[in-house]
Amino acid sequence: MTAFGGAEAPRNRLAVAGARATTAAMLRDQPRGDVVRNAIFAGLLLLAVLIALAGLLALLLQAFTKGSSVLGPDLVNNPPSTAFPDKAGYRPAIIGSLQLIAGVILFVVPVGVGAALYLEEYADKSRWWNTLIEVNIQNLAAVPSIIYGILGLAFIVRGPLDLGFILAAGSLTLALLVLPMVIIAAREAIRAVPDSIRQGSLALGATQWQTIRRQVLPAAIPGIATGVILAVSRALGETAPLLLVGATVFVTFDPTPFGTDGYSAMPVQIFNYAVRPQEEFQTLAFAGIIVMLVVLLAMNSFAIWLRNRYEQRW
Amino acid sequence: MLQAQNKRYGERAIKWLLALCALLSVLTTTAIIVSLIGPTVGFFEIVPAGEFFFGVDWTPQFEPPSFGVLGIVAGTLNVVLWSMLFAIPLGLATAVYLSEYASPRVRKTLKPILEVLVGVPTVAIGFFAVTFILPEIIVPLWPGELLGGAAGKPFMALAASLGIALMVVPIIASLSDDAMRAVPRGLHEGAYALGATKAKVATRVIFPAALSGIVASVVLAISRAVGETMIVLIAAGSTPNATFNPVESIQAMTAYIATTATGDIASGSLDYKSVFAVGAVLFAMTLIMNVISIRLVRRYREVYE
Repeated sequence: MTAFGGAEAPRNRLAVAGARATTAAMLRDQPRGDVVRNAIFAGLLLLAVLIALAGLLALLLQAFTKGSSVLGPDLVNNPPSTAFPDKAGYRPAIIGSLQLIAGVILFVVPVGVGAALYLEEYADKSRWWNTLIEVNIQNLAAVPSIIYGILGLAFIVRGPLDLGFILAAGSLTLALLVLPMVIIAAREAIRAVPDSIRQGSLALGATQWQTIRRQVLPAAIPGIATGVILAVSRALGETAPLLLVGATVFVTFDPTPFGTDGYSAMPVQIFNYAVRPQEEFQTLAFAGIIVMLVVLLAMNSFAIWLRNRYEQRW
Repeated sequence: MLQAQNKRYGERAIKWLLALCALLSVLTTTAIIVSLIGPTVGFFEIVPAGEFFFGVDWTPQFEPPSFGVLGIVAGTLNVVLWSMLFAIPLGLATAVYLSEYASPRVRKTLKPILEVLVGVPTVAIGFFAVTFILPEIIVPLWPGELLGGAAGKPFMALAASLGIALMVVPIIASLSDDAMRAVPRGLHEGAYALGATKAKVATRVIFPAALSGIVASVVLAISRAVGETMIVLIAAGSTPNATFNPVESIQAMTAYIATTATGDIASGSLDYKSVFAVGAVLFAMTLIMNVISIRLVRRYREVYE
């Protein structure tokens, strides 16, 4: 017979109810002003959350109501056209964007993960140069994107690298822009792998690199993937730096990575349509925004799902 | 002593290769600074520094041109000031709600939504600002002829400000929420035990304890707002105007760079050099704010983590 069963039960329940009533009565003595103020404060907070969400909901709804009329195969299959806005589309811009982010991934994954591995697994934190690298990366993550555009123009398109206004130059510019994001995310993922894993591997005779490659990296992959996806989606949505490194022309053919005839990208094309006063072009801009939002929100949701799914497995 | 049988040159090579990757980030910063300095020095050989830093007329296309950078710095500050007026209260309130009031379930849906929304491209926000915020929100709500009135204007600073506010609220909310959640549970429990209400715990205990992280998030948001290009380019207009009036059309520093440096701008021209001079000012402004933000975050990490 348990303590709360049998004949004792009703009496116990009575005692609990009595205690609860007493406590509630005591707490009701809280100054009325406090109670009211508390409620008002909570209401204001909720209002702020709702305003922020409403703004973003309005953005989505507006794009869908104004742009959905031209959604269709023509939008992705046709090149832009100033003469026939009803037949104009995003084909070269979409192909350009895909090539741009392919280049970004090729550059950013090895370099970003490499830098993160160095900082987490090899660097001696007490050395000033390692602190310098760390602070430098944090600062780079917050340097305005247009400054990367200037860097691309003066250093990659002209100057030392002298690539000219080609798609690969735009890709490299975007890669430098998102590299700090990847490094920071990869470092966090690597740091989350417990030390016991490393020590176990080293104790079994593995070298440091074997430990990293066979134990640390596989365990950190979900976190690294999240960072890479978020970085790629940032690169995909960036417009300003591309304006400076050549993606400005009204391109009507499919761009190539090293072609010198110019290239375009999705957000640049949207910008191009958006600043034209005619209604047809504005509709096209909204349709382009729908396409981008669907792709970006899907990518970001997947990245965040990935992170939440695999976080804290230890 | 246990020792490796051979020297393991491969292991060392890998270490240096990885160090090279990390060094590339330092090289990026160096490259940014080097590419800004050259043309900027060339710019100051033609335009006196006094005229640049203290002049308020930014009219590079006039004859003779005038390069008073305050004309476009004011444009940037105008937009940033008004955007923060909305973004800071909204962002902080959202953060307090998330960390102190929201149930775990609400939090688990709300925070990812906010994080996803950080990814909305700014070209979309800029277009939204000029096609919805301006005609549907600012014009109907603006009180009559105040400050010259809002009706009939195709571009204005306030439209860009509200767009930027939309962009940075998730940043402030998410980072401040992290800072407030880093405050140890003991502080909550102590305050509740002393009979404080939820509002008092949030505002008098947790908020001050997380202040350095909260300030860091706000500084980072300001830095983002200063550097934002597409929203001001699309919504704020292109008329340099040293004013803090929110319903005027202005030109921000980033918008000047983006409109001037497009296409095949002649490499040695004064316009080309002016882009770098403005870029250098922009870089210096954001650098100062980023360093402040990084130091503040380090401080709260040291205290609580």
